Amino acid sequence: MTTQQRAPTRRITASGTLQVRRAGASGILVGAAGLVVLALLAFMPVIVSEADTTLLVNFFVLLTMAVMWNLLAGYAGMVSIGQQAFVGLGGYGVLVLAMNGFNPVAAIPVAAVVAALIALPVSVLLFRLGGGYFAIATWVVADTAQIVVSSITSLGGGTGHPVPGLSSMSPHTFAETTYWAALAVVTISLGIAYGLLRSPLGLLMAAVRDDEVSARSAGARVMTTRRIVYVVAALGCGAAGAILAVSQLQVQPSSIFSVQWAAEMIFVSMIGGMGTLEGPILGTVLFFVLQQNLAQDGAWYLIIFGAVAVLVSIWTPRGLWGAIRQRSGIELFPVGYRLHEGALHLVTQPQLLDGGSAAGSNGPGSGAGARRRRLRP
Amino acid sequence: MEWANAIVQGIVTGGFYALFACGLSLMFGVMGIINLAHGDLAIIAAYVAIALIPSTHLPMVWAFVVVVPIFAVGGYVVQRTLLQASLDRSPFTTLLVAFGMSVIIENVLLEVFSANGQSITIGTLITKSFSLNSTITISYFSVIVLAVAIMVLGGIQLFLSRTATGRLVRAVADDREAAQLVGANYRHVFGIAAAIAFATVALAGLSYGMLTEFVPTSGVTTLLFAFESVVIGGIGNVWGTLVGGVVLGVAQQIGAQINPAYQILAGNLVFLAVLAVRPRGLFGMRTA
Repeated sequence: MTTQQRAPTRRITASGTLQVRRAGASGILVGAAGLVVLALLAFMPVIVSEADTTLLVNFFVLLTMAVMWNLLAGYAGMVSIGQQAFVGLGGYGVLVLAMNGFNPVAAIPVAAVVAALIALPVSVLLFRLGGGYFAIATWVVADTAQIVVSSITSLGGGTGHPVPGLSSMSPHTFAETTYWAALAVVTISLGIAYGLLRSPLGLLMAAVRDDEVSARSAGARVMTTRRIVYVVAALGCGAAGAILAVSQLQVQPSSIFSVQWAAEMIFVSMIGGMGTLEGPILGTVLFFVLQQNLAQDGAWYLIIFGAVAVLVSIWTPRGLWGAIRQRSGIELFPVGYRLHEGALHLVTQPQLLDGGSAAGSNGPGSGAGARRRRLRP
Repeated sequence: MEWANAIVQGIVTGGFYALFACGLSLMFGVMGIINLAHGDLAIIAAYVAIALIPSTHLPMVWAFVVVVPIFAVGGYVVQRTLLQASLDRSPFTTLLVAFGMSVIIENVLLEVFSANGQSITIGTLITKSFSLNSTITISYFSVIVLAVAIMVLGGIQLFLSRTATGRLVRAVADDREAAQLVGANYRHVFGIAAAIAFATVALAGLSYGMLTEFVPTSGVTTLLFAFESVVIGGIGNVWGTLVGGVVLGVAQQIGAQINPAYQILAGNLVFLAVLAVRPRGLFGMRTA
């Protein structure tokens, strides 16, 4: 039943010209287009108003979180609903550093690393639980982190604290600096995710997600793989929280540790498509469009978005991007493998062989042919 | 003596947590569903009571008679539609769908009932209490809740072990395909299990609404308490859940005794400590 038997057997003996490829000429084109988009985004503060850059900062923050959650759940199969723990720790990391005389913007990467370091011992506890129990335990950790931080009176307790060292900047410089910092964080996050997925670790992640027992028996270090992904996700969410602390000029425990972050990052990934890098981008765009149009109606945008996420995950678990890719074969971030015969696509259903198929929907070992090759070098 | 009081109050609260937890346990044990919306369902029950009962001119205690059957039917319907559809996809999808339900319920309640605290007033029963000595005073209502919790847990155990339907539920939980081969309709059995779980969650939610003030976001807190009770007691052990609830309740009361702000923190720390030292819980027998 594996694709190893199904897809290639038709012709593999007849023709010697089969090639396994990732990105072809179109990949280079997409990469160049990506650089143009990045350059355009970098010039945004010069073109658009400060209100628009603030909106874009929030967009980058949510996209960073979604990319990280997608790494955890879509690629490594770990459903965390407690990533707001690291969002909050990143935000409070910036606050603590700024209170000790650090430049708050320079503190962003340091705070992210602190969040990642805290994730390491936390993972030891959490990894004792599997599946859904892991999910609720991550929530308990986030709850605990919020209570502990709220009880520290020097950090403002439950009412929070303004981030010092930002008032010296002019409003214009502040808007620009925050924007570029957020753009840097989201670009680096996407870069790390893309690099991880193209590395041997990416194959390991997919193998562990699809069939933990088989992966283990093939010699995959399941725990180490998961731990690396968990720590990377904490790093990204910590950076997102650090950006939030700077852009909002203050941190407040009940908002920065809010489960709403988890809800938003999960919904945009579910709608856009888990197990694809493009999915969270598409999902975040849709989320912001809906939020901008329904912002005056209270929480209804989140209710509608959540309902859509539930329906999408039942009808098409690979999300909207998964559905688009299935029909068109378009891949902006080539992280999987495809079979090519000369210039022709031999595989009529390209998703069968790429590494980024959504968790859960695939049968045992889909894409295993391509992966197994690299699992045992 | 304040400490003795904390322990007694903790034990009484523990029964309440166990009542919350048994529905969570049942749905995981039979369907393999981790119902992240469990706590929010309990809060819905409380809101349904305050929205529905005043118009019927019945005393508020009748909420149990009205809301619990509604929830049982609702549980069957939700299981046969939404939850079954996600189960047909994968456990992963089911988990995400349950989380989606949780967020949707919470925000709809916020929009409809606002974030103001509410409570179900049932008259004088809630204030009546008896004293063991000068410092230990126990409210009758919390003892009733503890007794109900023990009866529900015992009832579920008896149902599963003694009745034909209970045997069917266990058979489906053990091996769905084999049960199907001998003619069991596992979807219907799942529906029955969900109906029982929803009925217990309504019981728990109504008791919660009578004991304390609640807001739309209370569901998260109650879910975490229920979950902590299950893990502390040991996953898959009915009476372990009761002990887990009591351990959690006592830990919280002792934490509150040290500093009222530490109530929930103390419970979380005991939970994390159990996870570190005995990951299978105090009475955990085996992992699935």
